[in-house]
Amino acid sequence: MSYVVQRLLTFPLILLGVSILVFVAIRLVPGDAITAMLGTEAGLLTPVQRETLAAYFGIDQPIWAQYLRWLTGLFQGDLGISSIYGKPVLTVILERFPLTLQLSLMSMVIALSVGVPLGVLAASRNERPSDLVVRVLAMLGQSTPNFVVGILIIYVLSVFFGFVPAMGTFTPLFTDPLASIAQLIFPAITLGFAFAASVTRISRSAMLDVLSDDYVRTARSKGASPMSVIWHHALPNALIPVVTLSGVEFGYLLGGAVIVEQIFALPGLGRLVLDAITQRDYALVQGTVLFIAFNFLVVNLLVDLAYVALDPRIRIGRR
Amino acid sequence: MNQFSPKTLLAGLAVATALTSVSAALPAQAAELRMAWSQDATGLDPHKQTAFSSLRLLELIYEPLVRLDADLNVVPAIASSWEFAEDARTLTFTIDSNAKFSDGAAVTSADVKASFERLLDEATSAAARSNFLSIESIDTPDDATVVFNLSIPDVPILVAMATINAAVMPAAEIEAGTVGTEAIGSGPFVLESWEPNAREVLSANENWGGGELAIDGITISVLPDEMAILASLRAGQTDFALLNDPLVATLVPMEAGLELNRVGVLNYNVLQLNPSRPPMDNLLVRQAMSCAIDRQEIIDAALAGEGKVTGPLTMPAFAQDPANLFCYEQDLDRAKELMAESGVDGFSATVIAATGEPPVAASEAQVLQAQLAEIGIDLEIEMMELNVYVDAWLAGDFDMAVAQNGGRPDPYPMYNRYFTKEGNLAHVSNFPDDELDSLMKQGQAETDPAKRVEIFQAFESRLAEQSPWLWLSTGYSYTAQRESVSGFTPSPTGTLFGLVNVSVE
Repeated sequence: MSYVVQRLLTFPLILLGVSILVFVAIRLVPGDAITAMLGTEAGLLTPVQRETLAAYFGIDQPIWAQYLRWLTGLFQGDLGISSIYGKPVLTVILERFPLTLQLSLMSMVIALSVGVPLGVLAASRNERPSDLVVRVLAMLGQSTPNFVVGILIIYVLSVFFGFVPAMGTFTPLFTDPLASIAQLIFPAITLGFAFAASVTRISRSAMLDVLSDDYVRTARSKGASPMSVIWHHALPNALIPVVTLSGVEFGYLLGGAVIVEQIFALPGLGRLVLDAITQRDYALVQGTVLFIAFNFLVVNLLVDLAYVALDPRIRIGRR
Repeated sequence: MNQFSPKTLLAGLAVATALTSVSAALPAQAAELRMAWSQDATGLDPHKQTAFSSLRLLELIYEPLVRLDADLNVVPAIASSWEFAEDARTLTFTIDSNAKFSDGAAVTSADVKASFERLLDEATSAAARSNFLSIESIDTPDDATVVFNLSIPDVPILVAMATINAAVMPAAEIEAGTVGTEAIGSGPFVLESWEPNAREVLSANENWGGGELAIDGITISVLPDEMAILASLRAGQTDFALLNDPLVATLVPMEAGLELNRVGVLNYNVLQLNPSRPPMDNLLVRQAMSCAIDRQEIIDAALAGEGKVTGPLTMPAFAQDPANLFCYEQDLDRAKELMAESGVDGFSATVIAATGEPPVAASEAQVLQAQLAEIGIDLEIEMMELNVYVDAWLAGDFDMAVAQNGGRPDPYPMYNRYFTKEGNLAHVSNFPDDELDSLMKQGQAETDPAKRVEIFQAFESRLAEQSPWLWLSTGYSYTAQRESVSGFTPSPTGTLFGLVNVSVE
């Protein structure tokens, strides 16, 4: 328990570092909220007009003063107002997060339910034809960019089935579960495709390692059936690297899937960050990146705790 | 994966079929147009917005005094008639008695006066203000009459008023400071809701002075990927869409049940040289470059053939045949002679271009690179994110820039900013020239249309001959629609106002 507390105590420090980095980085990029709104027409503004707009967007102060003002707000639970949405940043993020969370979970379910069985199958038939097929598929899956998969799926659906998943807005899970899942299933497959491929590869190699261990040989020689050896003796131990991989991958997914959200026109966190950056909505960029970083930290902590549950020999926090 | 896709595909198909049968059962009531575009509006204040999508959205909600029809003639909007005094220093409008705001209040001369005063107030930060600086005072002799008193003869101001940047809004909203949040206009539609970067819902404005609409409303979805827009049209989820990418647009006619509307626009693709930097300060070098490029080849190779060669003037009423302009046919021998004469023996330079803005920018830069290599010019292409590009462009910080600049129906507001000495963007064009400056000023004051054409054609010839920029081509604006949609008229200004005549079966 004290381990969890220790980890939680490091969160504010890491988040502070992230916030400074983002704050400075987004302001170092040329262009500002004024050029983002007006494009080249910004050149027609008089100096007075420019100052008025800068004050409106809150970019008339020196950068450290802007940061202090933002940080003060943060301690009061105020992430600022988004200039695109005209709403508090936290409200905008929380509107977008359910989609991203559901999409991440669905992709993970797809990746694990496809990847683990395939990996186990390939390992148990090492160097036989079915192993080779799985390995080729996994290589293909890992090396195909997801915009190719996404566009192919949309193309095939619309040309051959006259159907595309609902785009533009999101139906939340609790409003209409069927419509919500139907809307996200193809994006989830797109995202899950490469994810499943890496799960397959890592579970295959982990299984191969474990299958050559002494205790597996012992189990076999005691007369345990091949199925029982694989599923009961070997798999639980082979899962640790899969959990690590899934944890990291899930953390990334929670940051939003920019490309897939763009192709399927889904209003998730990924597009939110992208739009915020291209329209130079500073408060929104800062708030969203901070939120994503926080999720990543939480997921990492959960992954570490999952090790303990999977393997009683692991004790974290002790040296 | 195998366990998932067939089931959900079936579920999806079931949902899709259910939706189709519902809309088939209610043909009369469901006259809603489902529209899609890839870039959303960025705000709701018509005086301040300059982004393409924002203007297209606001043109459906607000109205200016006058607007332009599909042939770029000035036609009535809020004003039913108008008149210039002999000396072009007084412009009088009569307001249409049917014009009403969406809250039912009549549009009066006081609203017009308050709107223009807001536009001219520097605190409003309206970029369009620079087009209206000649307005000295505004008189309102009665509720239906507005008189603009101008400090100088200013004929192009009428065309400048025919944009949504000069929209008329209720004086009460201006006073309350709710412009940009409430969106109360006198246009054909009312904005019901807006989720930025996701969707807009518009309903027909029953108070609109322009007549009855055949549709009840428009839902605009933002689908950032244009291939996905095409898929959505194909699948019947979208009735009407705005397309930017010529490569996607050319795919539309191949689809059964879809139609493409294509109209030549006023925007132009151009290679801007920076004549303040050597060797582009050398007239002979610039002329050699103009002779070295093959404009038609750029259109064929980079724009999939979607465009036509243009000189500086893109509006049909003023443009002359490009064949009359300096070196508009590629002439490599002459280009090499000019280079030799200039004393510059090849050089390298950087050309900046914005990623995806326009979608063909990168391919244009590549074709130019190959063509200019023929006369010993080594171009390095630097692709930039749009805002980064705009920042460098506004600072005039480039050797050359591939750009797509906006056109206007009148040459004066189109080029006054670049090629008069006090133009707001003269530091971007870096080409102060007495002759161009004086031709612009004559064109502004001249009231005789035939004489104006003469003046601006002289201006155009001078620009092509001096080649501060190399004008390349003008493209098309595209909308795609399902066969069930009829009545839309596209316009060279890109406006979607033609949607007022649309009906959906």
